[in-house]
Amino acid sequence: MSNVIMSRDDIRRAVTRIAHEIVENNRGAQDLVLIGMRTRGVPLASRIARAIHEFEAEEIPVGTLDVGLYRDDLTERGPSVSIQPSDLPEIAGKRVVLVDDVLYTGRTVRAALDALIDYGRPGRIQLAVLVDRGHRELPIRADFVGKNIPTSHADDVQVRFEEIDDEDSVRVAAAEEAGVSR
Amino acid sequence: MTTEARPDVVPAPFAAPSTDESGWKRRHLLDLDDFSVEELDLVMRTTDTMKEVLSREIPRVPALRGTTVVTLFYENSTRTRTSFELAGKVLGADVINIAASSSSVSKGESLVDTVKTLQAVGADVLIMRHNRSGGPYLAARTAQCSVVNAGDGLHAHPTQALLDLYTMRGALGDVRGRKVVIVGDLLHSRVARSNAWALTAMGADVVLCAPPTLAPARLGEALEDRLPPVRVETNLDRAIVDADVVMALRMQHERMQGGYVPGAREYSRLYQVNTERLARANPGALVMHPGPMNEGVEISHDVAHGLQSRVEEQVTNGVAVRMAVLWLITRTGTKQARAAAKGAL
Repeated sequence: MSNVIMSRDDIRRAVTRIAHEIVENNRGAQDLVLIGMRTRGVPLASRIARAIHEFEAEEIPVGTLDVGLYRDDLTERGPSVSIQPSDLPEIAGKRVVLVDDVLYTGRTVRAALDALIDYGRPGRIQLAVLVDRGHRELPIRADFVGKNIPTSHADDVQVRFEEIDDEDSVRVAAAEEAGVSR
Repeated sequence: MTTEARPDVVPAPFAAPSTDESGWKRRHLLDLDDFSVEELDLVMRTTDTMKEVLSREIPRVPALRGTTVVTLFYENSTRTRTSFELAGKVLGADVINIAASSSSVSKGESLVDTVKTLQAVGADVLIMRHNRSGGPYLAARTAQCSVVNAGDGLHAHPTQALLDLYTMRGALGDVRGRKVVIVGDLLHSRVARSNAWALTAMGADVVLCAPPTLAPARLGEALEDRLPPVRVETNLDRAIVDADVVMALRMQHERMQGGYVPGAREYSRLYQVNTERLARANPGALVMHPGPMNEGVEISHDVAHGLQSRVEEQVTNGVAVRMAVLWLITRTGTKQARAAAKGAL
């Protein structure tokens, strides 16, 4: 049985709070760029951008990043062959906020940093995630976190967004139901 | 590639990545005769991603870091070998080029021994062109590493057909129901054969055209076993009517001297793709050629460089397609996959 950790409303509030924190932390919205990491970082990034637009009247450029060509953790989800084009706005000199749904080992973020730097030299890179589930394997931390969820390695954290999965929720499935061996 | 998606507009495709439901399991690329539509689609989608990489200011990603790619060419080639080399380098692989004429092959080493030697020194992917049909198949049977056929004898040239398909899809959207005319020396053309497999699999209407002496009698029948039939025509003026794509093949000098056709002038009079003939095809029909072109023989100068010509685009797409192939075949059974399985990365 999987437990719902965040409901639709919890996610909405977390997105609004992260949006405010990003603007506060960067003293405004100018030069901000949000980069959503495929797959579920993408809808999250555009939600945050929309939230910022509501109270700052600034339109924040949103990009999408696929890190498939930069990964070193092929075991994490099996040797995936599926890669998609990235689509980034100008990032040189900008304040870039990387956005992903779940922060876990940190290896995807490491890959994303390599990828971003290949596109240009951002003035600053920050990290926003909906869920931080711990178990970092690299010295990486998030600047903006929706919710910290203590998990065991065996748990499966499932983030669902309406844009992709027809509902908004965060669930944690314990090892035996999840059927995954991590 | 800078698209500034506005926050109030839902950007980019949200579709969850189609995670490998194509069931890609190939370690070698030898021909396209057993490719499914899903596999061809996956290669095309992966090529889109590679095009994005190539469009960057510094086109270099670390995807194949630590992988050694060896090109072993028993026949001369510029564009195929160079584009494989470039594809490997853009993906961060180490690339070693071996021309058979300057290696132990010229001292009489057998194909199998050469492959074993290259493997022993660490080749992960072997890109092979061989003058005998089936050469890369023999290599794949003995090798632990991946083998990519870069053209074997009269048989197959799968990456050329993939880049042709990619170029056609880029211009036409979909090739289903489109009429593709391939004209030239069908008897000796591995390009025509691999194209026939890929295009018929994708639902194109393929017409192969050649002088009777250069049209294999049973080409249509041979493909019919497993795929929609291709039609074979000997009259280009008739074949080209309503074509959406016209692909001219290289007419080799030795064929013209070998008695297959009376001569270059006779051949070009009946089979050259020129402005007059192109006017019988659909307006805006694509003109393609695998290169190198004999301008004035199988294709006229103005058509080769005209508005409808996609020849340069074919060359550009060649690098992206070969990147996609290198990426896909190294997802299974190679150094990275083995190391990942051991958790060594």
